Amino acid sequence: MSEMQDLYQEIILDHNRKPRNFTIPAHANHTAVGHNPLCGDQITVLVELEGGVIKTIGFQGAGCAISKASASLMTEAVKGRTIDEAKVIFEGFHDMVTGVAGAEPEALGKLAAFAGVCEYPARVKCASLAWHTLQAAITEGPTQVSTE
Amino acid sequence: MTERAQPPETAADLRADMLRLREEFPALHQRVRGRPLVYLDNAATTHKPRVVLEAMTRFYAEDNSNIHRGVHALSVRATEAYEQARSTVARFLNAPSASEIVFLRGTTEAINLIAHGLAHCRLRPGDEVLITHMEHHSNIVPWQMACNQSGATLKVVPITDNGELEPGAVERMITDRTRVVSVVHVSNSLGTVNPVREICALAHRVGAVVVVDGAQAVAHMAVDVQEIGCDAYAFSGHKLMGPTGVGTLWARQELLAELPPYQGGGDMIEVVTFEKTTYAKAPAKFEAGTPNISGAVGLGAAVFYIEQVGLDRIHAYETWLLERATEQMQAIPGLRLIGTAPGKAAILAFTLDTAHPHDIGTILDMEGVAIRTGHHCTQPVMVRMGVPATARASLSLYNTPEEIDTLCRAVNKVKEVFQ
Repeated sequence: MSEMQDLYQEIILDHNRKPRNFTIPAHANHTAVGHNPLCGDQITVLVELEGGVIKTIGFQGAGCAISKASASLMTEAVKGRTIDEAKVIFEGFHDMVTGVAGAEPEALGKLAAFAGVCEYPARVKCASLAWHTLQAAITEGPTQVSTE
Repeated sequence: MTERAQPPETAADLRADMLRLREEFPALHQRVRGRPLVYLDNAATTHKPRVVLEAMTRFYAEDNSNIHRGVHALSVRATEAYEQARSTVARFLNAPSASEIVFLRGTTEAINLIAHGLAHCRLRPGDEVLITHMEHHSNIVPWQMACNQSGATLKVVPITDNGELEPGAVERMITDRTRVVSVVHVSNSLGTVNPVREICALAHRVGAVVVVDGAQAVAHMAVDVQEIGCDAYAFSGHKLMGPTGVGTLWARQELLAELPPYQGGGDMIEVVTFEKTTYAKAPAKFEAGTPNISGAVGLGAAVFYIEQVGLDRIHAYETWLLERATEQMQAIPGLRLIGTAPGKAAILAFTLDTAHPHDIGTILDMEGVAIRTGHHCTQPVMVRMGVPATARASLSLYNTPEEIDTLCRAVNKVKEVFQ
């Protein structure tokens, strides 16, 4: 079962069962929709930005355990952070799930639970969908993203 | 291989026989993530028996040359091998003539060729093209393109909750404006076997052309295009234990003569001048450029292999395996089978109430079990069945009841993780 636990850690299963910030923030002023056409996952990320800070964040949508837990843990990780701080976290997260040498999961706190994803290349898109969607929401440009 | 010619009578005999055949597929005998591979993704592609691999290696090692118009010995041998494959496929489908067999990249290219051609020579504004709700995207999108180009209208036969065509709907939806009916023989996401013979009879009353997508049928049941009565039939080599990148369009001579060329180039012409080009007759008209010669040779070997095993016996064995698997899977609480039409092919699509198909697929992979997850290029079927995706186990002649046991054990592990 160790392989299973590497990928499906208890914290991931918990956030899949009970996603945090699975809400529509009342004062959201930035939003984007992300699709993973490969598996049909769809997620909407809604953000209330105030002075370059993510004041509140919520998400909606349906998908696999990895994508749902990733979205849930992402909202916890970036809430109260500046846009630049969120980008740095995303870069670290992306390096970790894609298996980039020198990635430092321990610097990512709870997000380190996704370190096992790099062993499953087909699932990297599941783990990173919410992050790509957040990036689309808080930066200029298209508000629809696709992992394909 | 001749001792296989007589069908054994019991499931035990069949089982023993198929277990021996399994030895002939090198890729099946490996470990994945430390466990013996259980390959249940045969609707996506099948593994290849040694005879197919050897035929292709032999072609490259001994006969490799470009075909047609060559005067040297290797070119003559390569041409013979290529044309022999065409004859083998014609016999396999009981096509009236080998000249009606066009080698292409696969089913997708075959349907594109015919849809593109019919948009030019048959379809006019107000005409209708009839497909079904269970089509693969490759039998939807080319017809949408053909309709957009010609002004024809695409109509879709609805399906029932268990994944059959709605009774009476084909007859009701065929009108005197119907020019084409294009239907899948066996659904890749539901396993449903469609009544193609009856559909042909209904369509021909109004003079419509019937195209059958046979990608999921040919490796699992005997197909006789004359008995079906269709006008065109397409399949891919790689789902039939042959190589990827080669497939077949069979179409009636008259239809091939009427269709314009799909691509221009070498080998598809009679005379070329800068003022005017006259085209070769079918099948050359549709085989511009150097074709997939080794692929056709491999496909011919695969067809020969399947014929030797016997499609009636393959069908009997897979049906037996499917019944067992269905029973075992239905006993798993929270598992829903998607596609339960009577007489369906050996495809088991399912969902679990607690786990997303993608997570099912990953955990099964950890157990060495290869299945496919997602929409299976049939997004309208997913919407119709009210699921985002399914997990799909699809069987072949080399699968065993023990592998079904492993599948079910692995599904139960998924349930443990996602309690």
